[in-house]
Amino acid sequence: MIFNIPYIAVVALILIGLYAIIFKRNLIKIVIGVTLIESGVNLFLITLGYRTGSVAPIYTSKPQGANIMALPVPQALTLTSIVIGVAVLALMLSLVIFIYRHYGTLDVKKVRRLKE
Amino acid sequence: MNIPEYTPALVVAIPLLGAFLTPLVGRVNDKLRNIFVILILAINAMLVALLSYDVLVNGIQTYIFGAKDLSYPIVRILFEVDAMSVFMAIIGSIVLLVAVIYSWAFMKENTGLDKYYTLILLLTAGMLGMMLTGDMFNFFVFLEITSISSCALIAFRTDSAESIEAAFKYIVVSAIGALFVLFAIALLYGQYDALNIAALSNAIQYTFLDKIALVLLIAALGMKSGIAPMHMWLPDSYGKAPATISLVLVSATLASLYGALRVIFTLYGNVLSTISNSGIPLNVSIGWLIIALAVVSIIIGVIMALIQSDFKRLIAYGAVAEIGYMFLAIGTGIAALGTQYGETALTGGIFHIMNDAMDVGLLFLVAGAIYYSTKESSLNKMGGFARNMKYTTILFIIGFLAVSGIPPMNGFASKLLIYESTFMLNPILAIIAILGSILLLAIFVKVFYSAFMGPEIPRFKNVKEVPKSMLFAMGIIACIIIFFGLFPELVITNIVEPAKNALMGYSGYVSQIVGGGI
Amino acid sequence: MFTIETGSGFWNPIIWVAAMVIAFLVTYILRSFGNKSYKKNTEQTKVFLSGNPEYQKEKMHVKADNLYWGFTESLKGFYSLLKKVHTGNTGDYILWFVIILAIFFIVEVI
Repeated sequence: MIFNIPYIAVVALILIGLYAIIFKRNLIKIVIGVTLIESGVNLFLITLGYRTGSVAPIYTSKPQGANIMALPVPQALTLTSIVIGVAVLALMLSLVIFIYRHYGTLDVKKVRRLKE
Repeated sequence: MNIPEYTPALVVAIPLLGAFLTPLVGRVNDKLRNIFVILILAINAMLVALLSYDVLVNGIQTYIFGAKDLSYPIVRILFEVDAMSVFMAIIGSIVLLVAVIYSWAFMKENTGLDKYYTLILLLTAGMLGMMLTGDMFNFFVFLEITSISSCALIAFRTDSAESIEAAFKYIVVSAIGALFVLFAIALLYGQYDALNIAALSNAIQYTFLDKIALVLLIAALGMKSGIAPMHMWLPDSYGKAPATISLVLVSATLASLYGALRVIFTLYGNVLSTISNSGIPLNVSIGWLIIALAVVSIIIGVIMALIQSDFKRLIAYGAVAEIGYMFLAIGTGIAALGTQYGETALTGGIFHIMNDAMDVGLLFLVAGAIYYSTKESSLNKMGGFARNMKYTTILFIIGFLAVSGIPPMNGFASKLLIYESTFMLNPILAIIAILGSILLLAIFVKVFYSAFMGPEIPRFKNVKEVPKSMLFAMGIIACIIIFFGLFPELVITNIVEPAKNALMGYSGYVSQIVGGGI
Repeated sequence: MFTIETGSGFWNPIIWVAAMVIAFLVTYILRSFGNKSYKKNTEQTKVFLSGNPEYQKEKMHVKADNLYWGFTESLKGFYSLLKKVHTGNTGDYILWFVIILAIFFIVEVI
């Protein structure tokens, strides 16, 4: 049961992130929601690589008595995903700065000139 | 160096290199930078033509990054190009070349054009990479590259507040869609320890987690391509981007549609006829869900377009209806897998992808031409342009006849295939499709009357025709529309039928990699 | 090479274009039997609006929003529902995604 806690954390992060995007009215909170979902998916990617009793997958510094290493491929995928997340976060925050300069408010219900 | 062997990688690498060199060239001279970008995209188009000839004659081409041949287990990233990928790549490269030729004169008064051309070249690399790749995580990376570049391009005119709002909505929707795609890829990786599409397709059994992954992938890629009711970002972002960027965005959303097709037909191709535990085969339930969403998006697209007063927003709602047509044909092709009319539906849907990109693209370019001449984008204030802008009027007539499916344009050829094949599945679908076409004609007649017909309004007395480079770019697309309309069978047997056969025959795709083909 | 064969019919654009050209020629020949002349600078060349006075050109042109008034009025209930759905909130876009995901989930997985 204790080995399932990362998966429960992933589902909890994604649900909290979706709640923040759908129901919150501040634009910064929507951006934080997107970052929460991204953290959840990254955690899921890393957790997939763990094997019971394994050590870090560095080939040249294997400690004594260790038989198996964790999978290194999900760690590479997670690094790529973190970098993409940083780029998207930077873009979203710069757009929020421009929106504040134009509209004067950060309320999603007022930043709505494009409706219907 | 044997060029045909390296073309799948060169098609993505050359725009990437050009994107990094463009600011340096832009420091020297502006005209030199424009010529440099057009040259890079022309070389890219020729490489895509070479690659398509190679694929259509010799079969599936692969390119493995970092090794000469493939040893099992498959750990390398590879590009696997079959006829469907090449079909989408042809659309993408034509659209981008026309957009850059058009932007020579259209964007001349804007500043910061170095960044504009750099972002367009990055968008090219991302879009073509999405269409050619054979690896799921690589697809996710190129999807994110495309969405980040296109978000920055939508927000290009930072002095207008609505562009920034549209770009913010686009990036939130894009980021959520891509993150759910990554979640599904992680689910599939955790089960089968493979990221390659061919290896996954070989190993897939239809477990509970695979069902969740399929649902997530179809819903997220559907949101990225704009079917209702997740379509609301599409009119916002197409309506407020500069006109050339709307043209390129049409092609980028069609690349997400290609991703959905690849997932359904190739990744899950082996299990499409399994019976789920409620007695319905998988392809029937997925097919009818897609058909339901497609019918909703046709109806919402045409009815919402009728009350718009902004020119580009109206064309964007028409684009939502056209995406509905494509999904209607694809859903029929899935639900009727193995029958003759199912294959006709899939042919019509694939042909309609190319026709829709050309038609809606031409309409966006005409809207851009009117904005360039008069700085006016609201239909309530326009009138009587046909006296001064004759060529633009003729191009608009060709465009809207093609979108609503009037013979002899290319829209009619693909819509005829869709009408006849969906009629065999259920007659009501064909009736809704034909009504949608008629309402599209009504919408564009409204635009034609209020923008081009009518008496000469004194405010627009001195409006001049647009520059020749813009007319040349629009003329290229109009020639393609008329050529595809007059010789549809030539296009269908040479380009569309191989794409449909490649999509339905997933075992060829798989055995190229797994069955010791390399 | 020129005809598409769908499963239940065929379409040949060259035959269509030839038929349209023949129809256009017949119409043109019939029209040329009529009276070609008109008297310039008399009442025949002025705009006729059933006796109503003619306003400025800008007011004579029907605005784009008012063109399909009958259609929009008769479907007013449906349009008010649709306008209420298209709110423009960023959160509502993701809400529709979650709803469609739930519907797909229920139909496919269970």
